[in-house]
Amino acid sequence: MSSTVTTTPPTETDLRPRRQESLSGGRKPGWVWIAVLVGAAVIGAGLTLLLAEGFPIAAFLVITAILYVLGMYVATRAMENRRRATDGLWRNLVWLAFLIALAPLVSVLWSVVATGLPTLVNNPHVMAYDMQGVTGVDDSNWIDAGTPAGELAGGFGHALVGTVVITLIATIISVPIGMLTSIYLVEYGRDGWFSRAIIFFVDVMTGIPSIVAGLFAYAAVTWVLEQVMGSRPEALQNVQMGFTAAIALSVLMIPVVVRSTEEMLRVVPNELREGSYALGVRKWQTIAKVVLPTAISGIASGVTLAIARVAGETAPILVTAGFAVNVNWDPFDNWMTALPVFIYRQLVAPTSPTAADPSTARAWAAALVLVAIVMALNLLARVIAKAFAPKSGR
Amino acid sequence: MSTPAPATARESSASLRGSRAGSAGDSIFSGLALASAVVILLVLAFVAIFLVSEALPAIRPGADLDSPVDSFFEYVWPLMAGTVMAAIIALLLATPVAVGVALFISHYAPPRIAKPVGFVIDLLAAIPSVVYGVWGWLTLAPLMVPIYGWLNEHLGFIPFFAGAPTTTGRTLLTSGIVLSVMVLPIITALCREIFTQTPILHQEAALGLGATRWEMIKMTVFPFARAGIVSSIMLGLGRALGETMAVTMVLSGGIFSWSLIQSGRNQTIPSEIALNFPEAFGMRLNELIAAGLMLFIITLAVNMIARAIVNKHKEFSGAN
Amino acid sequence: MKALRFGRSAALLSVAALALTACSSADNGGNGGASSTAPAGSSSAAPAGSSSAAEGGATSDVQGNLVGAGASSQEAAMTAWTQGVSSVAPNLTVQYSPDGSGAGREKFLQGATSFAGSDAAMDEEEAEQAKQVCGDQGAFHVPAYISPIAVAYNLPGVEENIKMDAETIARVFTGEITTWNDEAIASQNEGVELPDTPITVVHRSDDSGTTENFTAYLTEAAGDAWSYDEVETWPADITAESAQGTTGVVGLVSSNEGAITYADASAVDGLGTVDVKVGEEYVAYSAEAAAATVEKSEANEDGSIELDRATTEAGVYPVVLVSYHIYCNQYKDQETVDQVKAFAEYAISEDGQSTAEGAAGNAPISAATRDAAMERIEAISAQG
Repeated sequence: MSSTVTTTPPTETDLRPRRQESLSGGRKPGWVWIAVLVGAAVIGAGLTLLLAEGFPIAAFLVITAILYVLGMYVATRAMENRRRATDGLWRNLVWLAFLIALAPLVSVLWSVVATGLPTLVNNPHVMAYDMQGVTGVDDSNWIDAGTPAGELAGGFGHALVGTVVITLIATIISVPIGMLTSIYLVEYGRDGWFSRAIIFFVDVMTGIPSIVAGLFAYAAVTWVLEQVMGSRPEALQNVQMGFTAAIALSVLMIPVVVRSTEEMLRVVPNELREGSYALGVRKWQTIAKVVLPTAISGIASGVTLAIARVAGETAPILVTAGFAVNVNWDPFDNWMTALPVFIYRQLVAPTSPTAADPSTARAWAAALVLVAIVMALNLLARVIAKAFAPKSGR
Repeated sequence: MSTPAPATARESSASLRGSRAGSAGDSIFSGLALASAVVILLVLAFVAIFLVSEALPAIRPGADLDSPVDSFFEYVWPLMAGTVMAAIIALLLATPVAVGVALFISHYAPPRIAKPVGFVIDLLAAIPSVVYGVWGWLTLAPLMVPIYGWLNEHLGFIPFFAGAPTTTGRTLLTSGIVLSVMVLPIITALCREIFTQTPILHQEAALGLGATRWEMIKMTVFPFARAGIVSSIMLGLGRALGETMAVTMVLSGGIFSWSLIQSGRNQTIPSEIALNFPEAFGMRLNELIAAGLMLFIITLAVNMIARAIVNKHKEFSGAN
Repeated sequence: MKALRFGRSAALLSVAALALTACSSADNGGNGGASSTAPAGSSSAAPAGSSSAAEGGATSDVQGNLVGAGASSQEAAMTAWTQGVSSVAPNLTVQYSPDGSGAGREKFLQGATSFAGSDAAMDEEEAEQAKQVCGDQGAFHVPAYISPIAVAYNLPGVEENIKMDAETIARVFTGEITTWNDEAIASQNEGVELPDTPITVVHRSDDSGTTENFTAYLTEAAGDAWSYDEVETWPADITAESAQGTTGVVGLVSSNEGAITYADASAVDGLGTVDVKVGEEYVAYSAEAAAATVEKSEANEDGSIELDRATTEAGVYPVVLVSYHIYCNQYKDQETVDQVKAFAEYAISEDGQSTAEGAAGNAPISAATRDAAMERIEAISAQG
């Protein structure tokens, strides 16, 4: 809060009238928070010593934070008034939530960057090479070479391609379907039985376990291919391909897109629509030119979330796209591997069981690249959203 | 956060007037929207048919199950309980923090901080669950061991903290915490979007009447965003219930127990499926898919409850 | 959406910029300074790691794409085989999906794959099903991958291998013996300073062939001490730590003092391993001792092995995992027959087995086992 207000602490006698007369009156002095913080830290240290053995820093920080928030509430309440105290309490709690959230999130992000980056820097080729021809022997040799080790064998270029192709197709399938459905729900369906049914079933869809989506896509594509090619082994051998995985991901993605888009469309004020109609603009144009641009930032965020969600899926892709070791750009022919599958397989089943470190290194580098891809996507979604969004007045 | 202002009707109509792509466009557009909705229904119908037909052999009474149990229910209830417990822990921990962070970004933080924070949170939604799993296993679990010891020592009379505490930290509570970290970005991202959409006029009116910032949030932002918050929590719940890899890597599973701090206890449905699916065949496969069906039903029930809550507070929905 | 397409190409561009070489080139890193002259996108790129390319001899002109699926335990070895097979059949590509034994057998029985890798032999029902895909002669097993299962522990300060008999191992893993200096262990390890560290049992949380083979050993050799049956999933009512996959259990044991687990021997580097009592002796795991177990056990009609895990014969290590390749006796066309023969023969050939050993650390099969299997593979024919 503003520390520019440097009124001297009011004396007991003139406290009451000042608070009522002036907006800036009744402020507690600027040093109070420091005093409370120091007090909280001291009592916190004492309590930590009392309650826990040793002196766990985490426990100390938690107790101090709680004491500080409470202390500030009491101090503000005594020196100012109840409303300000409540306001300050919630402000502190919101900051606290932010700090609490930051700890694990930074920790996770840090472990990805710290573990993945050295591999990427030392062996940038892992992003382009595939695992064709790489066996456990290479990895054993890499370990035997000692530190600093030579070039890491193989890479995840094939998985990168797989992720890009599969996720792209899944997005092309799900985003139009998802957005149009939520437009139907919000703009056309109103509260009819049909739209209520859709809402219900979309909710059901969010509950599909990812592995079930994979099995379903496998079964569905098998059925279609058998209709087309006849019930022969050839049909079955062609089921596992990138496109099948994209279908599985779409099943998972559509409900996320629908739900987030629906929510964003619902908060677009009705006045806008009515204003547009009043000017004689057609309904579909109103939706396309007024409603969607207003909500575009939220929609973009929701779509990014949906992509991020499926880009990290492992199980359904393994079931539907097989397990390739070479680069394959064709989603309709042959097996594909995606980054999460690659990461997962390298972690649980290293290329060389006797020397797992190279596989772990590849896995973390791949994880970093996956995060970077989604980050780039996210940035792009924001840029696009900004370009489409109406000029902000604020 | 810059709040996108609503497109003004005048601006749009200027570019639209004169375009007489009229009624044809209208019916095409609504037709497309309806078709998409129908596609979703069809897909879901197929999924449902597939699920039920695969699950039926295991669910019907007298089925010759592969697991050493008498009935499918006996097999699945501990898994359902474990799944729900893990998800509840995750949401209890994540929701207040996530809403707080969303408020922080939308209303409290200086814009200079808010933007990067929002970005980092979005980024975290993108980290593959395998990574969260590894993090939970290698970083979080060892950290939790002394805390579990403390909880057991001082609060052991509560069933949740009873029993011999773990020595590795691979418990349901650790899994719940990892899940909460995973759903946090989801809830935060959506809440933030909703919060920033709160009409500025409402907010300024509240402030103008002398409300403190918190009073303004309580009076304008929360009522406006309530449905959205519930919706985002539901999305988070969907993730928490269905999350596979993280739990799989963090939890030492076992039979059902109220204790959250013991290893070798409890298991969740997705994790059970992921762990056993690869080697499953025949009846075991049916059992696992039937377990998937149960997860489906749990999610369904929870979502119906949430929708009911949302519907009670419809009055602030813009499109209503 | 436009947005996404941009994102994709941007990401790719940066990749290309960093790597300079086109993404589609299939050359591999190899051992330091690998050649980038390998033909782009080719499946015939010589595997850099395996020595097999130097092997003279006739190469067959078999070509095409052979698809298999199954046990993930074979993944590392299978990688070596699918790469190495090009030394005998340069135009043959073999793909293997490590879906798991059950899924692999199922796909094979549907006809979706031409062969399966499996930690367990087919049961009667499956053998019947196989006749629908393979014709009346059905399918057969080749014991292609043998791996000793080590009982591994983390006990710093104890230098020698701890000795245990089957009954003690069973009592440790059921949680009956809780500390390392328990009388049952100490009596078999005279002269070894055993600490009073509590034992943390770690088992596989996923269904696995390793668990199945380990519990099969306990069932046959430990008598009453192991009251559970031979199971793929660890019995749920034994409260213990668990982790996913071989790397998972080994990792968990490595980070917890006093922990014990069972795992493929190739992955237990750095951990102590138990010498298992066979007859009157204690045997440490070794490739030869594991292969000997398979050789001295009886083979069934369909090529699968009835392992004699309660054996008292000297020099065998009875805790082994045998993983099979499952092939049809007859395939629909000659082309597939040639592909299958080329791959199957390579996989169990001396060259194939030693390539796999180098890559995966498994135990090569013995000559007697190989001869028996070769005979069956020779007999594969086309229907009609």
